[in-house]
Amino acid sequence: MGRYVARRLLLTIPVLIGASFLIFTMVYALPGDPIRALAGDRPVSPAVVAVLRERFHLDDPLPVQYWEYLKNLLSGDLGTDFRGRPVLDTIERTLPVTIKLTLVAVLFEAVIGLVAGVLAGIRRNGFFDNLVLVSTTVIVSIPILVLAFVAQLLFGLKLGWFPIAGTREGWFSYVLPGLVLASGSLAYVARLTRTSIAENMRADYVRTAKAKGLPPSRVIVRHTLRNSLIPVVTFIGADIGTLLGGAIVTETVFNLPGIGREVFDSVRAQEGAVVVGIVTLMVFFFIFFNLVVDVLYAVLDPRIRYD
Amino acid sequence: MKLNKRPAALIATAAAGAMLLSACGGGGDDGGSDGGSGGGGGGGTFSAYIGEPENPLVPGNTTESEGSKVITALWTGLVTFSQEGEVEYNGVAESIESDDNQNWTITLKDGWTFHDGTPVDAQSFVDAWNYTANPQNAQDGASYLSRIEGYQALEEGSATEMSGLAVEDDLTFTVRLATPFALFPAVVGYQTFYPLPDVFFEDPAAFGTNPVGNGPFQADGEYVPGQGMTLTRFEDYAGDDVAQADGMEFIVYADQATAYTDAQDGNVDIVDVIPPDVIESAESEFGDNFIRTEVSQITYLGFPTYDPRFADPRVRQAISMAIDRQAISTAIFSGTRTPADSFIAPVVDGYREGACTYCTFDADAANELLDEAGFDRSQPVDLWFNAGASHDAWMEAVGNQLRQNLDVDFQLRGDLDFAQYLPLAEERGFTGPFRYGWSFDYPAAESYLTPLFATASQPPAGSNLSFYSNPEVEELIAQGDQAASEEEAVEAYQQAEDLIVEDMPMAPLFFTEIQTVHTDDVDNVRIDLFQHPVWSEVTVNS
Repeated sequence: MGRYVARRLLLTIPVLIGASFLIFTMVYALPGDPIRALAGDRPVSPAVVAVLRERFHLDDPLPVQYWEYLKNLLSGDLGTDFRGRPVLDTIERTLPVTIKLTLVAVLFEAVIGLVAGVLAGIRRNGFFDNLVLVSTTVIVSIPILVLAFVAQLLFGLKLGWFPIAGTREGWFSYVLPGLVLASGSLAYVARLTRTSIAENMRADYVRTAKAKGLPPSRVIVRHTLRNSLIPVVTFIGADIGTLLGGAIVTETVFNLPGIGREVFDSVRAQEGAVVVGIVTLMVFFFIFFNLVVDVLYAVLDPRIRYD
Repeated sequence: MKLNKRPAALIATAAAGAMLLSACGGGGDDGGSDGGSGGGGGGGTFSAYIGEPENPLVPGNTTESEGSKVITALWTGLVTFSQEGEVEYNGVAESIESDDNQNWTITLKDGWTFHDGTPVDAQSFVDAWNYTANPQNAQDGASYLSRIEGYQALEEGSATEMSGLAVEDDLTFTVRLATPFALFPAVVGYQTFYPLPDVFFEDPAAFGTNPVGNGPFQADGEYVPGQGMTLTRFEDYAGDDVAQADGMEFIVYADQATAYTDAQDGNVDIVDVIPPDVIESAESEFGDNFIRTEVSQITYLGFPTYDPRFADPRVRQAISMAIDRQAISTAIFSGTRTPADSFIAPVVDGYREGACTYCTFDADAANELLDEAGFDRSQPVDLWFNAGASHDAWMEAVGNQLRQNLDVDFQLRGDLDFAQYLPLAEERGFTGPFRYGWSFDYPAAESYLTPLFATASQPPAGSNLSFYSNPEVEELIAQGDQAASEEEAVEAYQQAEDLIVEDMPMAPLFFTEIQTVHTDDVDNVRIDLFQHPVWSEVTVNS
């Protein structure tokens, strides 16, 4: 197992370098001049433009620019944005916000999604099953943007249960945005769990367990659920990677200064260094959580071995 | 100046929908206003909305609206302005005098200090201006200093300080301009001309999050990007506009719409610019706490005078006359834009009602002019604007007006972000009329003429995106710049305006007003000519 993990981690290095080069190329290929647009309608003086272009190697060909970036990266320097703010500082500032939001969202996703899925799965076609079916269909079909605004106006403004925006109330600030962010995935988790459980409920080993006279709770949790979790874990794992990539809409509506908002603004401003730094980090998260999922398979299903 | 650049299109459009919902909901009942004011005795504290400043908080590097709001709370300049745009010596300057409009002597008042206790002296101005103007320091506001002698040498890299600046003694310094300019005292009121303390030069990067100014409020902690900053009253403030509140907080919002919702609930006290789609509901919901302010911005439809199709002034006049500005304002902006009838905005001295004779809607006259000019109506007209800044709807309305009134089809070219839009403009790449916006740098008619219509202001140096050039206009502007009295100056500028009207390099479309809301917790909210709330005047209700 250890060797497997080590090999997978080593493999991420070429992937990350390749990814950073691709992202770098894409930012480079964006048309327009980011420096000219710095001050909006009023142009920056030509001498200032020249100094900044020189400072950020914007007039060099792509390979030279990328080499400069890599050289700095090896010494631990992620570069700075056009305003001279280090990219590392930006990540340090925005990443914790996104991590908190992701944690809250995954918690909702896992807890609510699993419970609803299990309850629906063990009584197939019952009232609760139909309720889950209808409500998840409704949730999945509403764009998250609408959901976010409605939740903000209803629970934040009208009812006053949750803060409307910002991070001033600590973890509590993340509850409503976390729920909104989790809603779509939550619905998928519930459905995946339900199908999986419903299928396994008819499996031979479950019938055996019941026949042995095990209490129903034990049959469901130890036998059915554990075996039904594999597709769900795969989904949640991939979802964590996505969520850590930043939820631009949720972060913007609820005014959470997270990584999604940052990368969105940076792409618009063609801040190459920021985009490459953050997106490469996202790629890493994605790879990492996929690895975690693969390892979890072995835990859930002893038949799976990696060595 | 930085205008209309920030809003994220995605959010803006969606906000419209969601805000409709809120409007139908019968207005938020914000019973217990909890957050925001610290209440209690004394002056209390209040909070205010800002968007993320684009630059570190250094006056010379801040030319966009959001950072400016913070800068104006932390600094006081040489002069201040009345609500009518007149220069008032309520700032650091005792006097700004000249015999020839070219050699100026600036005398400072004694007793002003920065927040760290160091004195505000002549050196702190001269050093700041030299720093800002030096292209090596890459300050956005550099070009504001271009009137000072020696700026050119700095741009070319053959000097590190402007030869036109000289310190006489602690409280006196002299400024020699490259060419005479009668309105110079108004120019130095802008934030690019604010003084900088020694601590800035020791570590400019750190200063950007820990700014030290000389204004009514001082920083109470460092600025946290994405979150904001708290300020407290500067107790040793030497000016008359002492802060009424004990302190204030700037809260950064990614989206105006969110800030507005938060204000409805009383979590943020002042939102100085609310999103266009909530204006109507805000008026009924906030009542007396809803404020409209006419500001200095003019929205134009510029013409590429370099394009043969638009080279004939009659074509440009015709297009200007074919646009029913009031109809667009009513339909798209809920009546919050005033149809522009002049090249000089009403907020400054020199505005004449109806000065732009071709700005009045007259479809018949427009068609006649177009025929006279032999304009080819079979080809559609390209309409250019920058993407993601909510210009789509009104530019389309402009196009529809052209189709309806001139029988000329149109094509919207609004897919370029600002980073592409400006360079294209500078390369003479526009194939048809384009959107442009302009706010003054200082409250004077001249600020609407030279930057947009002088030959020297053609890109890359300036904002004359029409590439308009008329020696007579420049002659008249120069006359105004050197006039002995303000009346004479204004007269010359108006004559220049009359010539520009005939040439119509840009069609003024709208004067802008902004809508501000505040909670019941604060009073005396006023927006100055630069579109900034006057923070020092805000009082907190206990």
